[in-house]
Amino acid sequence: MTHHEKKAQKTELAALKTNGDVVETTLAEAVNPTVGRRGFMAGAAGLTFAVSAAGFMTARSADVLAASGKGNTLNAYVTINPDDTVTIQSPAAEMGQGIMTAIPMIIAEELDADWDKVNVVQAPAAPTYGNPKLGGGVITVASRAVDGYWDSVRMAGAQARRVLIDAAAAQWSVPASELSTEPNEVVHKASGKSMSYGDIAKTATVPAELPKLTEADLKKPADFRIVGKSVPRVDVPAKTRGEFTYGMDAEIDGMVYASLLRTPIEGGSPDTVDDAAAKAVKGVVGVFKLKDAVAVVGSTIESTQKGKDALKVTWKPGPAAGFNSVNALPEYAARAENLSEAGLPALTEGDAKGTIAGSDKVYKATYTADYTYHGQMEPMNITAMVDADGKGADVWVGTQAAGLMAFVGSLILQTKPPKIRVHQLGLGGGFGRRIYPDMVAYPLILSKITKKPVKVIFSREDDIGAGKLRPMTAHHLEASVKDGKIDAWHHRLVGESIIGFTGPPQRLKASKGVDPLTMEGHETLYTIPNKATEYLREQRDTALAAWRAIGSGYNKFVIEAFMDEIAHAEGVDPIEFRLRMMDDHRSRRVIEATAKMADWGRTREGTALGFSYAIIWGTRTAGIVEVSVDKATGAVKAHNFWSAVDPGIVVNPDTIAAQTESNVIYGLGQALKERITYDNGAIEQTNYHDYTVMRMEDAPEIHTHVMASDNRPTGIGEIALPLVGGAVSNAIFAATGARVRSMPFTPDRVKEAMKA
Amino acid sequence: MVAFTLNGKSTNVDAEPDTPLLWVVREHLKMTGTKFGCGAGLCGACTIHLDGEPVRSCQTTVGDVSGKSVTTIEALSPNGTHPLQVAWVAEQVPQCGYCQSGQIMQAASLLAKNKNPSREEIIEHMNGNICRCGTYTRIIRAIQRAAREA
Ligand code: FES
Ligand code: FES
Repeated sequence: MTHHEKKAQKTELAALKTNGDVVETTLAEAVNPTVGRRGFMAGAAGLTFAVSAAGFMTARSADVLAASGKGNTLNAYVTINPDDTVTIQSPAAEMGQGIMTAIPMIIAEELDADWDKVNVVQAPAAPTYGNPKLGGGVITVASRAVDGYWDSVRMAGAQARRVLIDAAAAQWSVPASELSTEPNEVVHKASGKSMSYGDIAKTATVPAELPKLTEADLKKPADFRIVGKSVPRVDVPAKTRGEFTYGMDAEIDGMVYASLLRTPIEGGSPDTVDDAAAKAVKGVVGVFKLKDAVAVVGSTIESTQKGKDALKVTWKPGPAAGFNSVNALPEYAARAENLSEAGLPALTEGDAKGTIAGSDKVYKATYTADYTYHGQMEPMNITAMVDADGKGADVWVGTQAAGLMAFVGSLILQTKPPKIRVHQLGLGGGFGRRIYPDMVAYPLILSKITKKPVKVIFSREDDIGAGKLRPMTAHHLEASVKDGKIDAWHHRLVGESIIGFTGPPQRLKASKGVDPLTMEGHETLYTIPNKATEYLREQRDTALAAWRAIGSGYNKFVIEAFMDEIAHAEGVDPIEFRLRMMDDHRSRRVIEATAKMADWGRTREGTALGFSYAIIWGTRTAGIVEVSVDKATGAVKAHNFWSAVDPGIVVNPDTIAAQTESNVIYGLGQALKERITYDNGAIEQTNYHDYTVMRMEDAPEIHTHVMASDNRPTGIGEIALPLVGGAVSNAIFAATGARVRSMPFTPDRVKEAMKA
Repeated sequence: MVAFTLNGKSTNVDAEPDTPLLWVVREHLKMTGTKFGCGAGLCGACTIHLDGEPVRSCQTTVGDVSGKSVTTIEALSPNGTHPLQVAWVAEQVPQCGYCQSGQIMQAASLLAKNKNPSREEIIEHMNGNICRCGTYTRIIRAIQRAAREA
């Protein structure tokens, strides 16, 4: 690099705010829906996915709609092609939860399409495709996709169908009211005439104003032909051939690679950098000091990794310096138990504290849960190319929050969000990690400097080090019992605030300091007249995020374990005890069904059962796990898991079974194995050998009973996970008589409990 | 320059001999079906066949495969017709799908030697492949189905 170039680069660097601060201070506005709505270009499709129901999928830059001839686009979601195929836009991010099939199924249902003729394409990250229940944001979080899009996409399908009916009516000169549809065709029963959607669309003109329909124009669930059937997922065949394109697979002409050496301590930054050896590595083209990392850019990924290994960097510690989570855990627990410190009220019904104080039958217990890491199979990565004028960019990434990424990207480049064209690629797992848009700063800054497309790939070690974790928590619970039922319930949760890290601060203010994510799942449907839940915030400067099921993973664990403790102490069957306090009909139904599936009353030789119940995002679930405990080692093995689930109207039953399986495995990981610890502000785990996850040998048989009801459909991507901690703790108790109250229930902790 | 056979074609690649085969296959030769998961031999996402044996391409250097034959998921079968791929669709195994190329390559090497593996043999052979989406029970079912239907 010439002296002149170096100087120019320095100026550029100075002009840019580098990663870290800029992301965090502005996330606040980024999740404000009005910002998300404003000005994305609907036509910014760029690289799109094309999948057909028959299973073809690839990423290609051409307009996929052209593939079947010039289609007639009836609205944002539906295009009818001359060959009678139907192209449907899929608005949400597919990360294995089957949403790329489920939403198109709903549209196809109301359109009365022939599912075998449907092609699904990934919709661009445009506001047209935002989730109405998430402020219109192009964001896939909180199991809110089917629930959020339900009304609008049904309407879109029905509207497109009506356009076709009206066009056929005009052609045949008959009243539209005499026409009906069969899959992919409009039928005139009186004359026996019919015409395919493809033929109608060839000449049909889409009216300037689309037909106004109401709820009454939608199909009755009893008439559904597609929704409610186990439809093979459109993304599956490509995923068996290595053809599904993930963010990691982005290939842009002329791109260079970047590896990052990140600060070991959250919030730290590089101090001195000796990059002589790194720069000497063949293929390395530059080394750049960023806010929270040193970036090595090179023509090959391996050269950047070698360069990274050759760096010598000293670090300015971040605010988390000195934090040791193993020491902090008992501090959290002591604080939870110290009733003289009042927490912030998250829920107050009746007078729980007063009732408990006046009761002669009080139960108390303290539980803890460690930090967990997402561990999604595809390490974080992102590719970007900044425009020649430096005021816009193309970004290729698998993200749960394209809108957020565009917004944050616009702040990095000091431009407008529509100038950041986010091209959605596949996600190798999301679980909440791919919401927080921390990655976007790196390739934008590096591409701006190098004037080349830059692909940033995190190593697994980076991915853990830059983990956005589920917070560590301690819980103290007290309850009083009267006439065989709980009459007062008091739950105090100690932990960091997730929103305190992600922003926006006004959201925390709006909830009066009670973090709704950290507290997620603290409510129950149990009929208990006096309830109090309190939040006591810790500030330890760690990086946090939504982790599958958010707070429900630990909150349902402590609620259901405590329920079990009280039931046993009262000498009542744990399920019978819960049913005494359960008036929600749908919950009773899943609880009873699960008990039946597992043959709850039968005692087993060498194994024992544990029960748990949860409502998550409106979906009712219950679960029973069968475990054995090796008394010598304390190792716990899960053999079977039974779960009944009522998600309201069922869209794709097999997907619900698959998500139950997925959540049981993910949930068993956090219940038995997964644990992140900090020492001196740095995460101690580095890869899958010390952050151990469930493997095939650990997997139980999983039995799911999907119980449809005629309620509006609710989320299924995080079901079962909240059940697991409680069910396993309860099963360990049933097997050994020992109560484990600290998750994960590692062999040493189980042994410890057995000694007590 | 290292010469080896990739998916039946002789290939020359301009990479240092100590470069992980994973990066050569994915980034130099654009066969992106093989995935990077851990870079440390812990997850199996990068599994390919080397002269018919399953190996972790992140733990194999391109120098190691000089003159040998490498097969990736892209060439396991024409058009995804390997009995395992068919069974994977029938059992709707993949979720995010990211681990599945490695799972299928690992499973294929089992069926190549053992036409009718027991459940225990399947687990023993597959245990090194992580699926964070938890598709394990379906993988077992799909392997059993492929064994049955092949
Ligand atoms: S990437 Fe090779 S074993 Fe994980
Ligand atoms: S399908 Fe997602 S990691 Fe296996």
